Amino acid sequence: MTIAMPVPDAETLAKRERIAQALRSIVPGEGVIDAPEALRPWESDGLTAYRQPPLLVVLPETTAQVSAVLAWCHAESVKVVPRGAGTSLSGGALPLADAVLLGLGKFKRVLEIDYEDRVAVVQPGVTNLAITQAVEGRGFYYAPDPSSQIACTIGGNVAENSGGVHCLKYGLTTNNVLGAEIVLMDGEIVRLGGRHLDPGGLDLLGVVVGSEGLLGVVTEVTVRILPKPETARAVLVGFPDAEQAGACVAQVIAEGIIPAGMEMMDRPAIHAAEAFVQVGYPLDVGALLIVEVDGPAAECDFLIGEIARIAGANGAVTSRVSDNEAERMAFWAGRKAAFPAVGRISPDYLCMDGTIPRRRLPDVLRRMEELSAEYGLRVANVFHAGDGNLHPLILYDANVPGELDKAEAFGADILRLCVAVGGVLTGEHGVGIEKRDLMPEMFSEADLKQQQRVKCAFDPELLLNPGKVFPVLHRCAELGRMHVHHGALPHPELPRF
Amino acid sequence: MLEPRDAADLAQIVADAAAQGRRLELRGGGTKAGFGAPRAVDVVSLRGLHGVVDYDPAELVLTVRAGTPLAEVEALVAGEGQMLAFEPWGDTGATIGGTVAAGVAGSRRVTAGSARDHLLGLTAISGRGEVFVAGAKVVKNVTGYDLPKLMAGSWGRLGAMAELTLKVLPDPREVVTMALRVDSPAAAHAAMAAALGSTADVSAAAALPDGTVLLRVAGFAPSVAARCAALPGLLAGHGALSVMAPVEAAPLWRRAMTGADLTGSVRWDVHLPPRAAPGLIAALPEGAEWSMDWGGGRLWVGIDQEDEAVRAAAAALGGEARLVLAPEAMRARVPAFQPRARGVMALEARVRRAFDPQDVFATGRFAEDADADSLSA
Repeated sequence: MTIAMPVPDAETLAKRERIAQALRSIVPGEGVIDAPEALRPWESDGLTAYRQPPLLVVLPETTAQVSAVLAWCHAESVKVVPRGAGTSLSGGALPLADAVLLGLGKFKRVLEIDYEDRVAVVQPGVTNLAITQAVEGRGFYYAPDPSSQIACTIGGNVAENSGGVHCLKYGLTTNNVLGAEIVLMDGEIVRLGGRHLDPGGLDLLGVVVGSEGLLGVVTEVTVRILPKPETARAVLVGFPDAEQAGACVAQVIAEGIIPAGMEMMDRPAIHAAEAFVQVGYPLDVGALLIVEVDGPAAECDFLIGEIARIAGANGAVTSRVSDNEAERMAFWAGRKAAFPAVGRISPDYLCMDGTIPRRRLPDVLRRMEELSAEYGLRVANVFHAGDGNLHPLILYDANVPGELDKAEAFGADILRLCVAVGGVLTGEHGVGIEKRDLMPEMFSEADLKQQQRVKCAFDPELLLNPGKVFPVLHRCAELGRMHVHHGALPHPELPRF
Repeated sequence: MLEPRDAADLAQIVADAAAQGRRLELRGGGTKAGFGAPRAVDVVSLRGLHGVVDYDPAELVLTVRAGTPLAEVEALVAGEGQMLAFEPWGDTGATIGGTVAAGVAGSRRVTAGSARDHLLGLTAISGRGEVFVAGAKVVKNVTGYDLPKLMAGSWGRLGAMAELTLKVLPDPREVVTMALRVDSPAAAHAAMAAALGSTADVSAAAALPDGTVLLRVAGFAPSVAARCAALPGLLAGHGALSVMAPVEAAPLWRRAMTGADLTGSVRWDVHLPPRAAPGLIAALPEGAEWSMDWGGGRLWVGIDQEDEAVRAAAAALGGEARLVLAPEAMRARVPAFQPRARGVMALEARVRRAFDPQDVFATGRFAEDADADSLSA
C-alpha cells in the first residue's frame, strides 16, 4: 500500500451532516447514501487492493441534479469523485474520505438511435454491452468492447478512453464518440461535439475523453454505431517461443492485414487458462496466438489462409482454424478467462497494462523473467499483440506480509521497462492512482505542468477527482505564472531570419 | 519571416515573442493562409523543421518533423504499402504539420477517422516558449490527457508542433468505385446511408449534383470482388450500380472531397448530420453549387452571396459551416468558424490560455482570439 492519497480536509469531514442535508434537498428520496454500513459497497473500484469509504454517495437522476450537486459542492469547496460502474482497474473511481462520490448509475436510458446516420444517443449509465444490445436487432453494434463490457458504462468508457481486444481495427472510445454533454465542477452544463464529424473550434471532447473524471462529469454521450460484420473467424497458433510469435504478428501487419483481434499468451497464461476452462490449448508451446478476422465471408476465408501461411513461415508448431462459431468462441474462452484462471492458481494478482513497440517484445519478456526471479514472484503474460499492449499478471499472496508491496515494486519496474523501450505506462486501463506516481517516468515536469494547466481551465479549484493521475498537485495560480524577464532576450546576438 | 532550424530554435523564437509581447503566426506551406481574417503579424515558417525521425512500418508508427511536405510523407509511406488513413489532401507545398493543425481529412474520414484520430503524439512549443511532449510513439496509449486531440485542428492557436507521431495503416491492395445515379439529394443520402450501413464495408461515399453517387470498396482482391458483387443486392431500390473506371472516378472523388471545382466567390465547408444535407441543399439560393462527401456529413457550397445564410441554415439543422474562401472584406467581417455556445467558447478560451497565456499565437485570424478576454472575464 505505497500509494498515498491527499490528507482529508478536517473542515469537510466536520460538516458531513450539513452536506448530506443539502444534497438531499437536491436529490430527494433514496438518492443520498450516508449510513456507514451502506457506504461499504462503494469503497473501492476494480483496483480492490485500495479501499476507502466515501464521505457520502449521491445518485442523481437528471442533468439538472448533477449540475446542482456540483454547483453546491463547488461553492462549499467540497471534493467530488465521479463513478460509473466502478470497474476501473487503476483506481480512477477510488473514493476519498472527504469527497462526495457522485454515481451516474441511474442514467440508464438509450435516448435515441439513428440507423441511417449510424449514431446512438445514450445516458452515461448505460452499459457498453447494452448499446450493442439496443442496436443489434437492426444489424449494428458499438465497436469498443472492454472485457468488462457487461458491467462497465459508457460514461466510464468516455472517462477512461476504454479499448478492448478489437481496438487495433476499430479504435478506442475516443474514435467512436461524436458528442457529449458534460457538467463542469462549477455546475455549468456544456455540450461538446454533436452528431456531425469534425466540429470547428478546439477539440474539447477529445481531451475530455480519457481524462479520468478530472475535467467534467459526463451526462450524455453520442456514439457511432457500425454495421455488424457479416462473419468472424479465428485461428489458434502455437509457437515454440514468444519471439517467433512476435515475428508472426509483425509479418501479418507488414503484409497489410489488420486483424480484428490478435492476442498472445505466454506459457504460464496458457497453462492457467487451459486448467481452468479446458478448451484444448496446446500445452507444449511457449506462446499462443489467437488471430481473429471479421468482415465478409470471402474476406475472412482469404485472410485466414494468409495468416496460416505467415504463421507457418514463422515456425508455428500448431495451427487450428475455427470452422464454426462454437469453435471460435472456444478459442476465445481461454483468453477471456485468463484473469480468473490466474486467480485460481494464486491468491492474488496485479494486472499491469504497459504498451511497448512490438519489436521490443523479446527483450521485454526476457527482462521480465529476470525481474520475476529477483522478486521471487511469478508472472503470467497476456498481450494484445497487434497494438503492443502488455498485460503482465503478477502473482502474489496478500496474506504474506510485504508481498503486496513487493508485487507493486515489481509492477513499477515492468512499467519503467515499458517506458525505457519507448512505450507507455498504460495502454487502456488508465493512470488513476495505480500509475500516478510513475508519471514522471514518462513525462517531464514541463509536460505534466502543461497537462495540469488544462485541468485548471476546467476545474481551477482542483475539486474534481483529486489525487488521481498527477503525482504532484500544483495550485493553479502557481501554474499560471510566467517565468520570463521582460525584454531581456537570452541570446540577442543570434541572427533571427 | 522567421525560419527556425530546429525545435530549440523555435522555442527561443516563441519565448522571445512572449517576453516582448509580440504575436506570431505559425505557418507550414502557407497553402491555407487565406483562411480566416486578414491580419498583419510576424510569420514563423516551420519548413526548416524537415525530415523523418523514425519510421518502422511493422509498428504502424511514423515520427516526422512538422515542416516536412505532405507529399513527401505520403510518398514515403506509399513506398512501404502504407497510407495516412485520414486521406489528407492539400495544395502543393502543404506540410504534414499544417495539414494536421488544420484538421484536414478526405473522403475516407467517414470510416477511418480524421487527423485527430491518427495523431498519436507530438513535441510542441507552448506559448510560454516551453517544449512539451504529449501522447506517445505507440498505437495504444491512455497515459495522461490526450493533448494531441487538442492540437489537431487547433490551427496553431495553442502551440507550435515541432514533431508529430502519426499512426499509419496498410494501403488497401485494391480499390474499386461503384457508382449509381439518383434523382435527388435525398435519394443520394439514402443510398449512401444504405451503403455505409451495410455489411459491404464501404469505406467512402460521395455524391454530386448531377445525381452521381460514388461508393468506394477497398481491400484485398477476393474481398473487394465479393463485396462489389453483394452491393447491388444490398442497395436494391436505390438505383442500378456499376463499376466506374478509376480514370473516370478519380476526378469525381476529388471534386466531392475538396469542393475545389465549385464556382462562386464564397465557399463554405459544412459539417452536419448526414440526414440534414438534403435540407441544406434545398435551402440554398439559385445558382449555388455543392458537392457532398462523408455520406452527406460534409457539404461543400460555392456561392456568390456574401451573407451568412448558409451558416444560419447549417446551425438550424444541427450542423455548422466554416468559411474557407471569401473576399477579404467578408473574411474580416465573418468568423471562419461557426460560433459555439457561449459556455463552450469561454471554456475554449481558458484552454487556449492554458497553453498560451500571453496570446503569442492569437493573431486575430480567428474571432476566438479577440473574444478570449471578454469570455474569460
